[in-house]
Amino acid sequence: MLATSNINSIILQSPILVSATPLLRANNFVKRYGRVTAVAGVDVAVYPGEVLGIVGESGSGKSSLLRLLNLEEKPEQGEYYLDLKGYHNVNLLELDRFHQRQVRIHHIGIVYQHPHLGLRMRHTSSGNVAERLIMANERSFAAMRAAARASLASSEFPLDRLDDLPLRLSGGMQQRVQLAKAIALKPELLLLDEPTSGLDVSVQALVLDTLKRLQRERHITIVIVSHDLGVIRTLADRVMVMRHGHVIETGLTDQVLEDPQEAYTQQLVHAKL
Amino acid sequence: MTLAELASPPKDYSYAFLDEFAKRELRRRILKAIAIPGYQVPYASRELPIARGWGTGGLQVTLSLVGPKDIIKVIDQGDDDSVNAANLRRFIARMASVETTTDALRATLIQSRHRVPEERLSEGQVLILQVPQPEPLRGVEHSAAKAQEMHADADYALMWLGLYEQLVRYGKFVTGASYPVIVHKRHLMSPSPIPRWDTPSLHQAAHLTLLSAGREKRLYAVPPYTDVYPIEFTDVHFSVEDQSGRVCELSGATQKFMNEIPQADGSSRYTVSDTGYAAKLLKQKHGEAATPGATYYDDNGEFYHAGYLKH
Repeated sequence: MLATSNINSIILQSPILVSATPLLRANNFVKRYGRVTAVAGVDVAVYPGEVLGIVGESGSGKSSLLRLLNLEEKPEQGEYYLDLKGYHNVNLLELDRFHQRQVRIHHIGIVYQHPHLGLRMRHTSSGNVAERLIMANERSFAAMRAAARASLASSEFPLDRLDDLPLRLSGGMQQRVQLAKAIALKPELLLLDEPTSGLDVSVQALVLDTLKRLQRERHITIVIVSHDLGVIRTLADRVMVMRHGHVIETGLTDQVLEDPQEAYTQQLVHAKL
Repeated sequence: MTLAELASPPKDYSYAFLDEFAKRELRRRILKAIAIPGYQVPYASRELPIARGWGTGGLQVTLSLVGPKDIIKVIDQGDDDSVNAANLRRFIARMASVETTTDALRATLIQSRHRVPEERLSEGQVLILQVPQPEPLRGVEHSAAKAQEMHADADYALMWLGLYEQLVRYGKFVTGASYPVIVHKRHLMSPSPIPRWDTPSLHQAAHLTLLSAGREKRLYAVPPYTDVYPIEFTDVHFSVEDQSGRVCELSGATQKFMNEIPQADGSSRYTVSDTGYAAKLLKQKHGEAATPGATYYDDNGEFYHAGYLKH
């Protein structure tokens, strides 16, 4: 009896992706660099707990798009909403510098392809993670140290190298420090820009493992940019294919990678195979 | 009657060397600096007959403020008689025909390089500190434009990252001089390269402190009775240099900022760094008339604002 009503309610519920409000909504993003239009009217929606993969060749605008989503650069046009407490229906692009930084610090984490973009190479690894906490007004040394340690541990960084400089770490470990820094404040949104591109295949697999575990444990929403379809296939629920600043195809990962509709996507998938 | 008789007699220099326009500009900048405690006000740093880096910033402020009734004291690292102090004092005295002194309590204007006098200054006195590098964010932000933005946003978090790194690497704060402070709960300020020992002296002080960098063309101020707090963690606190166990060779004083004099056998002897204050103590020791004033630190090393130093 009880079971039937449960089943009924489950059946009547529409799929989560349809009923939930997206965590991230970007409408009609346009970004130009001089005569080059890097992003030409892109719409993005990412739902809570979802992993969105963005693929495309070099220069397709995928990294530019990620920088826009991280509020690092301002698009010429567009609206950007994050469904966060206190920011419902607030176009983040219209916020001032101070509040944009608050959003970036507290709610968005980012891992860059090149560690030197995301890390202070001559500060200690734990210091790099602590920076995030300091930005969020933590002023207790003991608390900072504990949080940095916890964050580095959950990104599977060897804790005996806690206070080594990123300069002296391997590429894989540098990426783990970046990841620890990105998740230190438990952000709702994690942006990954080719997080494993510089790494050899075995290390790449380990980092992907960590990412997958984090995503599962923390139910974190991820946007991952990569030209490596293997990475996308492993992590992403949904895929967006970009070319010349436009989104040319979008859909579930399996659907797009197994049965690509656009000529370019077909080429891309076949090139991989 | 000729025109020559009507005009004021020709002089080689204006009073106090700087021309009136320059002095007026400086005074306006000083007023602005006092109005916004700790904020760096740009000014047109004039040429002077000493080189940049030798106290041109402090000298310009002194020259713009000095009047015939002022009494001047010039300090170089606590010392009244070192080359820099002696030259600046002679220059100011010659250009403004003012009385000079080594007594910190008698002086109306005190220009100083890298020290605050040991004796508590009182209301109406002006302490002018020479500053080599006015930007406290220089170490963490190379771009001056970006640093200005950070001041505007009061975005000083990176300074605490610096403290974190010091604690991790050395187990303590290692900034010796120029320890960054927050003035009036708003602006981050470099107090010029005074030792940590002197930093608390700026907090809720009765006197006005003006800081001026001639090469960098910026001046800023700590008005009387203004909060000045060094940056620190809630659980690891700022501390001053430990002077315990150090006794002045000449005056027998303790718990004052000491000069260390290394000896051939590897040991050290100490003398009080503030020579004006030491002279008073010596006079007193020899039974002459001298009344050393109350100091910022008492003989047990306790700072005069109880509870300000948490160590």
